[in-house]
This record gives sequence, structure tokens and C-alpha cells, in this order.
Amino acid sequence: MVQTMSNGELKIVTVAERNPYGLKEPRAKKKTSVFSARNFQLWYGEHHVLKDIQLDVKENEVTAIIGPSGCGKSTFIKSLNRMVELVPSVKTNGEIIYRGRNIFDADFAVEELRTKVGMVFQKPNPFPKSIYDNVAYGPRIHGIKNKKLLDEIVEKSLRGAAIWDEVKDRLNDHAYRLSGGQQQRLCIARCLAIEPDVILMDEPTSALDPISTLKVEELILELKKQFSIIIVTHNMQQAARISEKTAFFLNGEVVEFDRTDKIFSTPRDKRTEDYISGRFG
Amino acid sequence: MKYMDETAVLKQIKSRIRKNNIWKSVFFIATILALLALAMLIGRIISQGASFIDWDFFTNFSSRFPEKAGIKAALVGSIYLMLVVAPTSVILGVATAVYLEEYAKKNRFNDFIRANISNLAGVPSVVFGLLGLTIFVRMLGLGKSILAAGLTMSLLILPVIIVAAQEAIRTVPKEQREASYAMGATKWQTVFCVVLPAALPGILTGSILALSRAIGETAPLAVMGIPVIIHFLPDGLLSEFTALPMQIYDWAKRPQEAFQSVAAAGIIVLMIILVLMNSVAVMIRNKFQKRY
Repeated sequence: MVQTMSNGELKIVTVAERNPYGLKEPRAKKKTSVFSARNFQLWYGEHHVLKDIQLDVKENEVTAIIGPSGCGKSTFIKSLNRMVELVPSVKTNGEIIYRGRNIFDADFAVEELRTKVGMVFQKPNPFPKSIYDNVAYGPRIHGIKNKKLLDEIVEKSLRGAAIWDEVKDRLNDHAYRLSGGQQQRLCIARCLAIEPDVILMDEPTSALDPISTLKVEELILELKKQFSIIIVTHNMQQAARISEKTAFFLNGEVVEFDRTDKIFSTPRDKRTEDYISGRFG
Repeated sequence: MKYMDETAVLKQIKSRIRKNNIWKSVFFIATILALLALAMLIGRIISQGASFIDWDFFTNFSSRFPEKAGIKAALVGSIYLMLVVAPTSVILGVATAVYLEEYAKKNRFNDFIRANISNLAGVPSVVFGLLGLTIFVRMLGLGKSILAAGLTMSLLILPVIIVAAQEAIRTVPKEQREASYAMGATKWQTVFCVVLPAALPGILTGSILALSRAIGETAPLAVMGIPVIIHFLPDGLLSEFTALPMQIYDWAKRPQEAFQSVAAAGIIVLMIILVLMNSVAVMIRNKFQKRY
């Protein structure tokens, strides 16, 4: 859940200062799992896309998923909030446990799951509404009508997504008047407004320029203090910069899943090494 | 080795440009011919009927005497008719389109329904008149009332509205639905808060064009036996009535020369209504220009 930030402002720290590999973080406290995939399998029609996925995602960490196109990484994170079910021919097998509950259980409503597991998409996809209405959309569908409360949520979410200062004077402007990078941060704000527990990000910076990408990356590092983040990325430097854990997917299987620094310095599997050194993919 | 022979290409350029110009004039002439025919038609109607349009024309009922004949009953009847047709057809049409596009699963049965709705749009209006006569007028005992005619007209334009609404709904990008679902919205919330607002301009434009078709339709009313000589205003939805196209049809087939002009005057009124409705449709389309 979102905790109120002390002054609501974001301290800007350069990426280098941040110790991207998290080496000095205290490892004494064992972190609890938010997601565990157990023998998870998925088919699109006859096509076996995910094979026997085992993966444990810990609380308040950034977990990066890398791999070549078509390896199933997007499909995997879309399984975590069951968005993958929008594809009519999809079939799944096995379990994905979210905080002790199998997300495919009949008594776990998909609407409830998606309230706890927010998502940011590859292409910024704000609604053709005002900036305010975009952020207020989530709280509104969950039944919040009080105008003052909505105002507070909108401000807190926009601050949380580091875009408040840019839009506070024009909340009623159409969201499409923002630049691509701003739109993506608006989408992150929209996602924060439902106060999720986990945020899924499907290549959130692939449609952005380098400066917007940097802003989103800094934002992710800020967000992981309160949220667990799972991010699919094509950009291996990005994975190295922002994540604690990295999973390497290949042909629908998890080839290697470990601490990011290990994956990038001493990968156990030959295929991981080939991929991160740019020999294929 | 070069595949393109430069001199041959140069020699050919002139004839290609000539061909281009010929086709341009063919398309231009086709457009002009259509416009010319339309302009002549409108010109004749206006020159014939304009002198008959005065205040009395709107406040008088139909009459045996051309100079006393007016369209009061028909105009009010047509307005009542629209009060039935507009809500019935738009609500049913949009609901059907939402079901087909958002809820219905892709299978043979639903494909069959989709294909047949488009086919229904091509069924002649007389057939709908016969259907209305059998079901609404006789079986349900509604008589030759506004309600019976309105429901028949609704059925007639329903396929058009469904198809227009389906197309409008289909233009809403998939990413917007995903954004809504990903926040835990139900299907209904997604449809109501995201899909319908984005599709609204297209739905309204299609609906208004369909309604203007219903206002001008004569055949179903004629088949249902809607009377033409009515000397009272309708007092409810079950009242007998007459409508503009019926009234015009009646005047046009009378033997006296003067009634041709009365009919022309009626046509002018009908045409003005149609132009107004179509301009509203265009205005809506421009106001909500696509933002994707």
C-alpha cells in the first residue's frame, strides 16, 4: 500500500550514487515473497509459450525480466495480473501464488487481483480525458466519489510519479497534450492511484527518448521503497541499473534467475552469458 | 547492368501523364453529373413549392383546396414518430453493438449474427412495413398508431445503427481497454467509462444519419396503412397520425396541378429537416475529431 511521503517531494539522486546493484543492502532480514510461480505453463492455442516457470518475486525489490523477443517474458508478467486472459485462446496450468493465494482460484476475483497488482504498459496509454480524470479513473471505479479525497489522491499519485510539478497548473488539460515521457509518468501515476502492492512494467521505456527513460528509471528506484516492481526490459543496461534480481527467459523457460550483479558478472549458464554479452538476441 | 532503359522511360512519360489527366477528368465529370442532377432536382422543387410556404402552411391541416392545405398534422406526427424511433433504435442498437463487440465470444454463431445484421441493413423497407403491419398493428393490436409505426421504423434503422456503433466501438484502441482492465475495472465499467465515451461521436453521427432516413421513409408507412387525411393532432403514442412523407405522397398523387406545388412545399420542409439533422451529425463529428 502507499504510505504518505513525508513531504511528498522526490529527492533527485543520480543513478551512480544509488548503488544500482544493491550490494551493500543488509541481507539479514529475509524478504517475503509476493509472487511465486509454481510449474506455471501457458499456451496460446497449440503454441506452448511458457514452460514450467518457477520464480519467486520478493517484496520491495525490482525484479527484471530479460530475454530475446518472443521468449514469453511479456506473456509471463501479463499472467501475473491475468491480463493475458484477454487473449481468447489462452490456456494455463500450474499455480501463481500471490501472497499465499493462487491467483487462478475461483474465489480470487480478477478485479481484486488487478487492484493489488497494477500495470504500466509498453506504449503510454492515457485515456482521452483530462490529466485529472486519468489519475482519478482508478479510485472512481473503486467507488470513491468524495471530491476532496479524489483531489488528494490525484496530487499524491502525481507527486509519486514525479510529474506533479510539471502538470499541477494544468490538471484539466487533455492528457494527449503531454509529451510521450510525461504520458508514461502519467500512466504510472494512474497506476499508483489505486494504491497497488505490486507494479508490473512491460518495457515501460521502450517508446521513450533517453532523457525520459532516465526519469522513469529514477522513478522506479524511488518507487521500490514502497512497491514491489517487476519489469520486462529489452535494455540490459537498464536491468543492471535498476534491478536487484534478474530472470533470463529463453524460449518460454527461465534459464537463470539470480541477483542481478551475479547474472551480469558471473552467470552460471552459458546461454545467459551469450545473451548478456550480445552474442545473440 | 541497368534494368531501366532511360530513353524508353523518357518516351513513356508523356503518355503516362496524359493518361493521368484523362482519368482525372473522368472522375471530375462523374462528380459534376451527380451534383448537376441533384441541383436540378432541388431547383425545380424550390421554384415550384417555395411560393406555397407561408405561416398558414405550417398551421393548417390538409385540405381539399390546395391553397388551404397545410402540414400541421404531418409535421407534428413526424416529430412524435421520432420521439418513439430515436430512443428505441439508439438504445437497442448501441446495446446490441456493445454486446457483439465487447461481450460476445468469437464463434460461428456470433459470426453468423454479425453477418446477418449487415444483411438486414439491405432488406427493402417495404418488407419492414409488412412486418410492422403483421406484428405491431395486428398481432399486438396497436392499430395504425404512432407506437406501431415508430417501432416498425426502429426495426428498419436498427441494423444501420448497430453497424455504425460497432464500427465506432472498434476504433477505440485496445490499449485503452487494457489500461482500464489493468486497474481492476469490470467489463461494464470499461465499456461505460472508456469505450462508449470514445466511441460516442461515431455512434451519434451514425444514429442521426439513420434517424434522418427514418424521417424520410414512406414505404413502411404506406404498407401499414397510415392515414393521410388527419384533422387532429395526436394526443398520445396510441393515437392515429400521419407523417411528412405520407402527406407529400398523398398530395403528389392528387390530380389537381396545384397540389404538385403543395407537395413540393412539403418536400422543401422535409429537406430542410434532413439538412439540419445531417449538419448536426457533421458538427458532432468535427467537435470530437479523432484524437488517436
